[in-house]
Amino acid sequence: MELRKSYFADQRKDDLHEIGQPRPRSDSPGHVTGKTAYFADRNFPGMLHLKMVRSPHHHARIRSIDTSEAEKHPGVVKVLTAKDVPHNVYTILILIQIGPEDETVLADGKVRWKGEAVVAVLAETERAAQEAAARVKVDYEVLPAVFDMEEALKPGAPIVNEYHGRNYYLYDSGECRKVRFGDVEAGFAGADHVLEQTYQSSPIEHAPTETTGCIVAPEGNDRFTCYTNTQAMFFTLDNASIILQMPGNKLHFVGGTVGGGFGGKVDVIVEPIAILGAKLTGRPVSFIYSREEEMQISSPRAAEKVVIKDGVMKDGRIVARKVTGYTDAGAYSRHSPYGAQKGAGHYPGPYTIPNVWIDTYCVYTNRTPSSAMRGFGVTIGDFALEVQMDKLARLIGMDPLEFRFINAYRDGDMKAHRQPTEGAALIECMQEASRTANWPVAEKFMAMSSYAKGA
Amino acid sequence: MALALQTFSTVKDANAALKAAGTRYLGGGTLVVRAANEGDVSVSSLIRSTEPALSAITVSGGKVRIGASVTMAAIARHPDLASLAHAARAVGGPAIRNMATVGGNLFAPAPYGDFTVALLALDATVNIDDGELPIETFLAKRESNHAIITAVGFTFPADGFRFLKVSRIKPKGVSVLSIAAVLEQAPDGTVSSARIALGCMADRPMRATAAEKALLGRTLTSDGIAPTLAAAGDGTSPVTDPIASAWYRNEVLPVHLGRLLLG
Amino acid sequence: MAKVPVQFTLNGAEKAEFIDSGTTLLNALRDKIGDTSPKGGCHQGTCGACSVIIDGELRLSCLTLAETCNGAAITTTSGLSEGGVLHPLQRAFLDAFATQCGFCTSGMIMAAKVLLDHTPNPSRDEVVEALSGNICRCTGYEPIIQAVLTAARSNSQNAA
Repeated sequence: MELRKSYFADQRKDDLHEIGQPRPRSDSPGHVTGKTAYFADRNFPGMLHLKMVRSPHHHARIRSIDTSEAEKHPGVVKVLTAKDVPHNVYTILILIQIGPEDETVLADGKVRWKGEAVVAVLAETERAAQEAAARVKVDYEVLPAVFDMEEALKPGAPIVNEYHGRNYYLYDSGECRKVRFGDVEAGFAGADHVLEQTYQSSPIEHAPTETTGCIVAPEGNDRFTCYTNTQAMFFTLDNASIILQMPGNKLHFVGGTVGGGFGGKVDVIVEPIAILGAKLTGRPVSFIYSREEEMQISSPRAAEKVVIKDGVMKDGRIVARKVTGYTDAGAYSRHSPYGAQKGAGHYPGPYTIPNVWIDTYCVYTNRTPSSAMRGFGVTIGDFALEVQMDKLARLIGMDPLEFRFINAYRDGDMKAHRQPTEGAALIECMQEASRTANWPVAEKFMAMSSYAKGA
Repeated sequence: MALALQTFSTVKDANAALKAAGTRYLGGGTLVVRAANEGDVSVSSLIRSTEPALSAITVSGGKVRIGASVTMAAIARHPDLASLAHAARAVGGPAIRNMATVGGNLFAPAPYGDFTVALLALDATVNIDDGELPIETFLAKRESNHAIITAVGFTFPADGFRFLKVSRIKPKGVSVLSIAAVLEQAPDGTVSSARIALGCMADRPMRATAAEKALLGRTLTSDGIAPTLAAAGDGTSPVTDPIASAWYRNEVLPVHLGRLLLG
Repeated sequence: MAKVPVQFTLNGAEKAEFIDSGTTLLNALRDKIGDTSPKGGCHQGTCGACSVIIDGELRLSCLTLAETCNGAAITTTSGLSEGGVLHPLQRAFLDAFATQCGFCTSGMIMAAKVLLDHTPNPSRDEVVEALSGNICRCTGYEPIIQAVLTAARSNSQNAA
């Protein structure tokens, strides 16, 4: 490992002793000896196994649920439906006042995506739970479903989620998050070239090697210990407290090493229902996703559609950028209203552009609810933006790296959302990339600085 | 019903036990235990046999007999089966190959079952306790098979066995498709007989009969195989799965068949 | 539910248990015997996190029924270090930053051990082939491949 101390040398004392030095990871000795404890590396006497009965339909009304045969099945201890959940309709971002509550812990009257949880079965063994789950009878009336964001936004499209009443999230700014800076139409009018392109992505599953799950143990004093691989410990505790209508001090959450998360374990899905099962049975409960559930049920990265329209001058300056972003939340909000909002803040990328117009929509469809994943809201946008940058450079016959030097933001530049740029290092990163990749650029770009005026 | 395993020392006794409802034969476990783990509750009793003949490989006078319990790893390392080794190694990763059996591979649904594609091109016979079936006949109605497969047998071609597996991940990836071919050529280089088997081009391995016919009397050159490649997709109905769509499989089949024939 | 006896050696120590017939070796090791070093990542034979060595061969404990292992010698990653001294593979994985979340590590080390037991000086391609049934979602594999090659070199130095 190498630390290039020549960059920003005048901005700090050269007294770094740890940074730049390889240090052993504190968790590695446990990993290589198999001693690291993951949530599932524990076993309680009398532990029950929870299996979920899931919707086979993308969108359907539930006429009736018959759990009688499942309840009689040997080994079954408890069967849970919506009426057993104290506060069944929730949304995880309610903790930061992003409502409305729009998702059911167990489906109540309707399912909005294929795989939605309907009935929870708790049994002595996994096998008994699986067998009993197969005996739950749910009578569905299948409804028209919508899978495409543009279709969902058309008038007359099936309404996915009645808690919103429309197929997009209503921000305080209206139907989308908006950024307005300068006069984008005047910018296009004065540009030498205008290029509009559309970029799209499909959902991406994190596929952690360890599937999502938790084990809950009643402590006998009306408290419950939840061993979980959540990536959002207190978020999960607070949401569980709301869903179960239990004070937080009754819930003891124990985390630890997570077997891969990548953002896929920040939703609050397995813990509340497992705690409820433990509470109603007085027994420890294990609820661990199968691999199939991990791939099909856990939230993926949202599908996105990004439309970018740029006005560019022959000398390389981008003078106007208009971005319309669509985030496919699936059937429920989870983190997607925030993801779409992040997109609005992130465009127009690390470039200083005088005229900017951004709209980002969070759209509901009958697809698996999407949520967080590594830079969600910006990663797909960055892909789109940087492909667009290459296309613009080609359009005006300029080297793509030099084109980025011309437009890179530097300290003091005003960003489109009216935050002045501070601590920029893009110029220096590109200079290092130019050297490392052996992609030479003109000397004047190698002499530039992110912060020194005039350079 | 909880899952339970019954072990029998003879195939005969195991076959008798398999007559009961809810039973299934356990080979290497890569299909059956996987299904149970994934929540398939249709099977409550697993049956297996430890009869030694099931694990034997015999090669004599060009005749090969591979017991149904023989693993892919055992085939891959057998000195007399060297020309089949790469077909055996096309199955799974190292651990799977130590477990997956020849008998089990006959039942593997697409996109699995690469070794069976090789067996189909070799025109193997599938042996049960009291008889044998041509592999094509067996594959056509394998769902209704309730007798334990004891072995597969085939005559080793002098040369001309070719095998190709196409996957997106290397070295271990699930098949986009696989192709096996056994070709005989006349002294002038023209093809005098051809058997071509395809994997993933239907729900189970299939013979490309139109392509085989188009190859007869032709040389293995770009021009010579052109009619064969044009006929490669005849009668196929590929699976669409997370690995590839049916459309994609049909599009790339002639490309890979061409590489196999010219390679 | 019928209980059946299983008896095998685990990392050299005799183990005997009564288990439910049909229990996988993975569940028997983790829930009955208490060796949680093999992990259940997919229970489908796809991820390799449950890899163990049975009589010298790499196997997937999630697809192996415990009662078929009677009389076998089973090795898991938890049994590799002796007297607190790490096995060369463990040392190499530690030094090469070949672990991140650690969930695949036990299985990776098992696959690597079988390789080095049979092929003490493997090529890079042989390492890649040997690890091809084991999925890691964090590292991008390169540090793991390097760790196995490093362990092979340190082994051959020790032998010389």
